[in-house]
Amino acid sequence: MNDASSNRTPKIKIRGLSKAFGDKVVLDNVNLDIFPGESVLVIGGSGSGKSVLLKCILGLLHPDSGSIEVDGEEVVGLMGEDLDRIRRKFGMLFQNAALFDSLTVWENVAFGLIQGQGRPRAEARKTALEKLAAVGLGEDVGSLMPAELSGGMRKRVGLARAIATEPEIIFFDEPTTGLDPIMGDVIDRLIVKCVKQLGATALSITHDMASARRISDRTAMLYRGNIIWVGPTAEIDRSDNPYVDQFINGRAEGPIQMQVRAL
Amino acid sequence: MPILQPIGRTFLSFLEATGRLTLFTVIALSHCVRPPFYPRLVVRQMIEIGYYSLPVVGLTAIFTGMVLALQSYTGFERFSAESAIPNVVVVSITRELGPVLAGLMVAGRVGASMAAEIGTMRVTEQIDALDTLATNPFKYLIAPRLIAGLTMLPILVLIADIIGVFGGYLVSTQKLDFNPATYLKNTRDFVEVQDVVSGLVKAAVFGFLVTLMGCYHGYNSRGGAQGVGTATTNAVVSASILILCFNYFITELFFAR
Repeated sequence: MNDASSNRTPKIKIRGLSKAFGDKVVLDNVNLDIFPGESVLVIGGSGSGKSVLLKCILGLLHPDSGSIEVDGEEVVGLMGEDLDRIRRKFGMLFQNAALFDSLTVWENVAFGLIQGQGRPRAEARKTALEKLAAVGLGEDVGSLMPAELSGGMRKRVGLARAIATEPEIIFFDEPTTGLDPIMGDVIDRLIVKCVKQLGATALSITHDMASARRISDRTAMLYRGNIIWVGPTAEIDRSDNPYVDQFINGRAEGPIQMQVRAL
Repeated sequence: MPILQPIGRTFLSFLEATGRLTLFTVIALSHCVRPPFYPRLVVRQMIEIGYYSLPVVGLTAIFTGMVLALQSYTGFERFSAESAIPNVVVVSITRELGPVLAGLMVAGRVGASMAAEIGTMRVTEQIDALDTLATNPFKYLIAPRLIAGLTMLPILVLIADIIGVFGGYLVSTQKLDFNPATYLKNTRDFVEVQDVVSGLVKAAVFGFLVTLMGCYHGYNSRGGAQGVGTATTNAVVSASILILCFNYFITELFFAR
């Protein structure tokens, strides 16, 4: 992890993070720094612990050991109001968008503003419609229910919701999974645009290599609970790491053994 | 000792489940009384639990009152004790059948839908999304449902009591040739405040149990559609058993000497 940015204070600093479910070790002594304003991507096969890593940072899962610092503040073990204060720095685009299906599209986008920040509904609605416009959705979409949307539209709404509170850090959980290649490119471009506009720090997980190259500055590869390679995404083809080579080229033969059981 | 192993394992997992449920209950209750509150959501749940359960609870009550009068008549006739029918009907309905049957019907209707809704929110990451949007799921999803269950069931049961007694009155006067005025007078004379109050206390407890089971099983559901199905079944079964169980102990509390 010795690159040019090592003299800056990381936005997120992960040290010795471990997490096991029963006797199944998912994360094993993970170390990772994410610096302000950069876009870091974690790649790895299904079940390599990528989602668990994100959920640990967000406090949705409690790690067994290790430390996670956000802006120099330890977040492991935070509860209640303190945890909510940290979480207000984050936005997250979930894999299947995770829209609240009892609320309309604009109420979904405005949710963090109304419930999280206590803003008045009329003002929040205005902001929500602006954010929907930023992801290319018109005002008429705002009054639809999430069940009426297609997969690509749901992702856009999820993205609008993630950026609505103008967070400092945004997480993207497999942003292009389940989309056709064209829609995948559209979502990637929107992600890059939104992150740039907000000046946010981004952490994404994916196994879509085309998407990976478009949205990230730096890539880390997670294999069996360990970060086995970190480097600039532009240099990923010259990693000299057999695991990374096998993964980015999508070969069945190589050092990586497929895990059969889900984590 | 291969025989003792499964027994021990079952016992331990029972203790674990009890502990988890207790912890869940304590956290949920603490969020019911601490701000911020969501009055909008509480009202929505009250309508869902109270208003929309009226038809099913009303129908249950009227037929129960009717069959109660009919059955007591065929039995009491042998001892020429037909005059006891009004008080048999009113006491059985207010003390036992009103709250228990309403509770069971609501467990099937509301408990199941709660478990399915919250369970689906869990497996589609909507509950995680709530957390990341700095909104506590206990406050936003669970507390409004518990409050609504606790307050709506007594109202439902009060209505069920009236409809049930009316069912008994209908059968007695129309089919069994009772004098309407005497029937009503007997009903009024025999029913005591304690009968109705004990029924309403039961109703509040049952309302809490039904919503608690719906929320608990939904919140802890795992693994897609099948997990949500299991959660729904568990919510209804556990709520029904707890209702019958608590019914006995509350009865003992009120009426045992």
